[in-house]
Amino acid sequence: MSFPWANQYKPKNPVMQWVDERLPLPRLVYNATGAGYPVPRNLNYFWNFGVLSGAALVIQIITGIVLAMHYYASVDGAFNSVEHIMRNVNSGWLIRYAHMNGASFFFIVVYIHIFRGLFYGSYKAPREMAWLLGVVIYLLMMATGFMGYVLPWGQMSYWGAQVITGFFSAIPIVGEPLRQWLLGGFAPDQATLSRFFSLHYLLPFVIAGVIILHIWSIHIPGSSNPTGVSVKGEEDTVPFHPYYTAKDGFGLGVFLIFFVIMAFFLPNAMGHPDNYIQANPLSTPAHIVPEWYYLPFYAILKAFTVDFAIPFTGIVIMPAKLMGVLALFGSILLLFFLPWLDTSPVRSGHYRPLFRKFFWFGLIPTVLVLGVCGAMPAEPMWVMLSQIASAYYFAHFLIILPIVSRIEKPLPLPGSITEAVTGKPLKAATA
Amino acid sequence: MATSKKSGGSAKKPAKKAAAKKPAAKKAAVKKTSAKKAASKKAAPKKVAVKKAAPVKAAPAGVAVGEPHPGAQEPRRRDFINIAAVSFAGVGAATVVIPLVSQMSASADVLALSSIEVDVSAIEPGQSIKTVWRKQPIFIRNLTDKEIAEANDVDVSSLRDPQTLEERTQPGKENWLITLGVCTHLGCVPLGAAAGEIKGEYGGYFCPCHGSQFDTAARIRKGPAPTNLEVPEEITFKSDTIVQIG
Ligand code: HEM
Ligand code: FES
Repeated sequence: MSFPWANQYKPKNPVMQWVDERLPLPRLVYNATGAGYPVPRNLNYFWNFGVLSGAALVIQIITGIVLAMHYYASVDGAFNSVEHIMRNVNSGWLIRYAHMNGASFFFIVVYIHIFRGLFYGSYKAPREMAWLLGVVIYLLMMATGFMGYVLPWGQMSYWGAQVITGFFSAIPIVGEPLRQWLLGGFAPDQATLSRFFSLHYLLPFVIAGVIILHIWSIHIPGSSNPTGVSVKGEEDTVPFHPYYTAKDGFGLGVFLIFFVIMAFFLPNAMGHPDNYIQANPLSTPAHIVPEWYYLPFYAILKAFTVDFAIPFTGIVIMPAKLMGVLALFGSILLLFFLPWLDTSPVRSGHYRPLFRKFFWFGLIPTVLVLGVCGAMPAEPMWVMLSQIASAYYFAHFLIILPIVSRIEKPLPLPGSITEAVTGKPLKAATA
Repeated sequence: MATSKKSGGSAKKPAKKAAAKKPAAKKAAVKKTSAKKAASKKAAPKKVAVKKAAPVKAAPAGVAVGEPHPGAQEPRRRDFINIAAVSFAGVGAATVVIPLVSQMSASADVLALSSIEVDVSAIEPGQSIKTVWRKQPIFIRNLTDKEIAEANDVDVSSLRDPQTLEERTQPGKENWLITLGVCTHLGCVPLGAAAGEIKGEYGGYFCPCHGSQFDTAARIRKGPAPTNLEVPEEITFKSDTIVQIG
């Protein structure tokens, strides 16, 4: 499971020895995130974002449990209970702002973590399982974030729930019954709010469980690294503790500084003012937008405005609504197939000249443009821009990556991680 | 360390299995266990252990519990007990799922709110009101003659969801257009029912969420909504001014 040169756990303290013989939990931690886990010596700061994601989850769980002590999941009381937390509960404002901004920061660090994986080819063998579990975590996060946003029962909460559960009504035949089943009625109401609260409390713990599997699966081959070259000898690695505990600790400090700046000074910058208006089932806000981290997907949804039909016959093969919803789900589910779409044996984008161009000048701008389009009203210019960007998004993964993998001539790889870092070949390799 | 663990594990397993099954072939079982013991004493325990374990693994699935006896195809009485017990548990588990799933559907009180009566006497031609039915907005619109004419001028076959105004209103009450105020795209409330709201390119309703445009018969004309605004199935005019929905 680990490299043969990994440090062994040898507790000196008799209490720890006693514990180790009965329940080797300290040993597990030592081998997973302590001196017993050898890690490539050349990880850059992009490798901090896994630990930062974990820290964000911990922040969400702690602040969330406290909020749940004061929150009241009723259509009449929810909105007021949130105001009560903000005005009356001691330090309530701090806890709530930390939870609100914590969600945004969770997505920020996970997005960087995902794009790290996309650039450095972390999804490739032998780490496919870590990638697949990562996509599962991401889906769970989206569900959790969506249901959490419904809880304050503001205008955006209500209409977000209406629009997103509306996705399901696009499914032929079973769609509408399915939507009513999810809502527990014909429109979002008490039944919806209660079940969303229950699930919003549950899912983060499910995420925590999947993260354990995610990390377990990475620890089998060991972490990848910016060169993408596999570890070849002891010289290529350093023990996780103290080297990366220190580096991650520093990263965590920087992360927390940004986090508290937002939570203290710009707490509502990433939210929407309409959510401070209590839900009104009879009036849709002029412009419904989801939270910023869903915007690119919302743009893909909105890009489909014309039915897919046989020209001049009026026979509709697939209505625009269904296509939009399928594209939205497809754009995420696509990531499950990525390890098999990108067939290049070279992992790191550093050594892939063509891949790198499409990454920086294709994928990244496309996702940013989709994010902007998602926030814009359904005007012709924005719709057209989202159509172009959506087309590129799918083409990037389904057409460009497979072709690039085939025709690209990668740059020469360094002989080892040590050679990439020091310029001198690995001792073990020469011996 | 890893090596010793592996060989230890694979040597133990068949031994346990052999001990577990009882009368059928006691002799064979004893032989197997002793063979295993002998093997693990030898110099290269790992290789031998794997070799000996192989025939056990290769045995047909049905006899996984017992030893690989040659008549493996014949059903045994124990197979019957296994299948019966597992099926019983399976049916039980499936039955429990039914209430767990159905509890999420609309509850009795939600379904009970399904009929309303509205007095429409105060709605002048060209005006409309919003009211609530089953917790969903309802638009009741008194169409002007011009709006009726516009709706009837459209070539129905050119529509995404072909329907005439007549099909969408009650006989003799063509001016009363009663629809759900729920966009058939993703469920926003379209604009156009309240005074001063924009009615969109076709003079009916406009959904601000993703830009669906509805005409004066609330039929979808442009944008992502797949169908016309829904007309509730049960609409009855109790009198000229009282309408019952649901
Ligand atoms: C709650 C969210 C997540 C947490 C807490 C988390 C945690 C971690 C941690 C601690 C690591 C090891 C350190 C590192 O390489 O940064 C890691 C690695 C990894 N994660 Fe995540 N992760 C999360 C979400 C995701 C998502 C959404 C994806 C992709 C869709 C993903 C893909 C990966 C991959 C491929 C690796 C292996 C990277 C390598 O070693 O090169 N993770 N994750
Ligand atoms: S909900 Fe009306 S256009 Fe999307």
